[in-house]
Amino acid sequence: MLLDVRKVYSSLALRLSSSALPPGASRAFVATAVLALSALLFWQFVSSSNNVVAAQSTTAAAPAPQNNTATASQPPNNFQANLQTNVLNTVVLDPAHGGTDPGARGTGGLRESEVVLEFAAQIRRALESQGLQVVQTRLGDENPSFDDRSAMANAQRGAVFVTIHISSTGLPSTARVYTNSDLPPLSNTNGLIPWDQAQSPFLDLSRKLGDAVQSLLAQRFKGSPNESQSAAVRQLRTTAAPAIAVEISSVSVEKREELDRMAPGVADAIARGVVAFKPSYVVPSLPSPTQSLSVPPSATPASAPPGSAARSAAPPSAHPAAASVAPKGSPQ
Amino acid sequence: MTPRWRVWIIVALAAAVGAAAVYFPTLRKRVKQAAILTQQTEEQARRELTQPFLGNPSEPRVKAKLFWASHADDAALTPVTVDLPLGSDPVLRAKQVLNTLLAGPVDAELRTLPPDAALLEFYLLPNGTGIADFSEALATSTPSGIASEQLAVESIARTLEANVPQIKRLKILIHGQEVDTLAGHLDLTGTFPLSPAPPPPSPPTKKP
Repeated sequence: MLLDVRKVYSSLALRLSSSALPPGASRAFVATAVLALSALLFWQFVSSSNNVVAAQSTTAAAPAPQNNTATASQPPNNFQANLQTNVLNTVVLDPAHGGTDPGARGTGGLRESEVVLEFAAQIRRALESQGLQVVQTRLGDENPSFDDRSAMANAQRGAVFVTIHISSTGLPSTARVYTNSDLPPLSNTNGLIPWDQAQSPFLDLSRKLGDAVQSLLAQRFKGSPNESQSAAVRQLRTTAAPAIAVEISSVSVEKREELDRMAPGVADAIARGVVAFKPSYVVPSLPSPTQSLSVPPSATPASAPPGSAARSAAPPSAHPAAASVAPKGSPQ
Repeated sequence: MTPRWRVWIIVALAAAVGAAAVYFPTLRKRVKQAAILTQQTEEQARRELTQPFLGNPSEPRVKAKLFWASHADDAALTPVTVDLPLGSDPVLRAKQVLNTLLAGPVDAELRTLPPDAALLEFYLLPNGTGIADFSEALATSTPSGIASEQLAVESIARTLEANVPQIKRLKILIHGQEVDTLAGHLDLTGTFPLSPAPPPPSPPTKKP
């Protein structure tokens, strides 16, 4: 772009200077033209530099998910606005499965991937009515990978993550909340969290959020436990935010209406649970003040060695406890 | 035919229909039971072929604690004590208890692992990591869901924990491979910590 503009300007100047004008006027005109061209070139240079910086920031702060529909559901990039870290203002809502993965399947043909989408729509409305911003990992019948879903959550600041599931088994019309089971303590992190253990610093917060939602679900749905439980849920492990999985029982119900009847209660419990959790939301700090941004392993630049430090484009005031690029490994 | 005969025939037919109506549900139940028995027999035959009996009958029978689903809460486990001729070798012991766990409890409703799943191999690393390699059916036939998948893994982990104290952590492989999840939810990329069974309580000491 820059070269094209230069060519155009220089050819113009040549044509003008070779035209039949008085010698004095020609010199004055050429001098003015050179000055104008310099100003224009300077302006081009400055604006193109800004674009490069902006592109780098966007790449590091919010790795683009591979799913187009999911991208469309994201709010505009309000990265700077969200840097006020200890304010919870966003819920990343994850209707599980989708695409070629139907999840649990009931004898009557119910598919978990379809039912959770409808639950998510109601939960989204309930959360928005509480003044919370909602980012959904999928809106249609797609199946983003576990890492893509986590990346969407990790790109947000001041967010919690809620993944919605329907079980195959269990007492009908009950709901259980799960948080990730214990992960090995982070040591010698140099301020970075391995992607595979992104949930580690958030476990306590996740449990608080889980208990808040579970207690409300227990009031609504008799037979549900009073406290959240822990399980090695794959989706939660790579999420650098307070994260819970809500599993509703079950696709084995005789009639779909039984599940549909639960949706408003589940939506209300989650929305009120998140609001109740809001005062507890404090971003956990890491041993080192070095800050980084969340990037899934698939987004590792080819030149960066595994486990390398955070991207240079990371703003200094970014999320202090976000996950960094790190090789995949065993969580235990 | 005289009207009297006609009445007798109608009464006899009505009685036959009534008897059939009463007997039909019983007959249906028997057919179903026979089908289940056939299925179980086939499953047993397959198991006998694929899983040679690992226990040595001459080994002393010990009370092994196996964990199956609870009657009271379908998301919880309950220990069931079974007499098994368990050896002292931890790998053999692990295979024995896992095969018994896979065979399922008396009440099939309480099973935690799919009937068509099989233990292919069990390894014990020097650092105490037990590696259980199951057939593909464990992943494909376990009902998809956090609760059901956790119940399956917990039953394996708790059973090993109770019977093979040498195992400190458990790694589950499917057909020799590490997989991301069991059936879409539960993370199998890591290991599951096992806490050794607590020592039996020591008798209270009398104070002088």
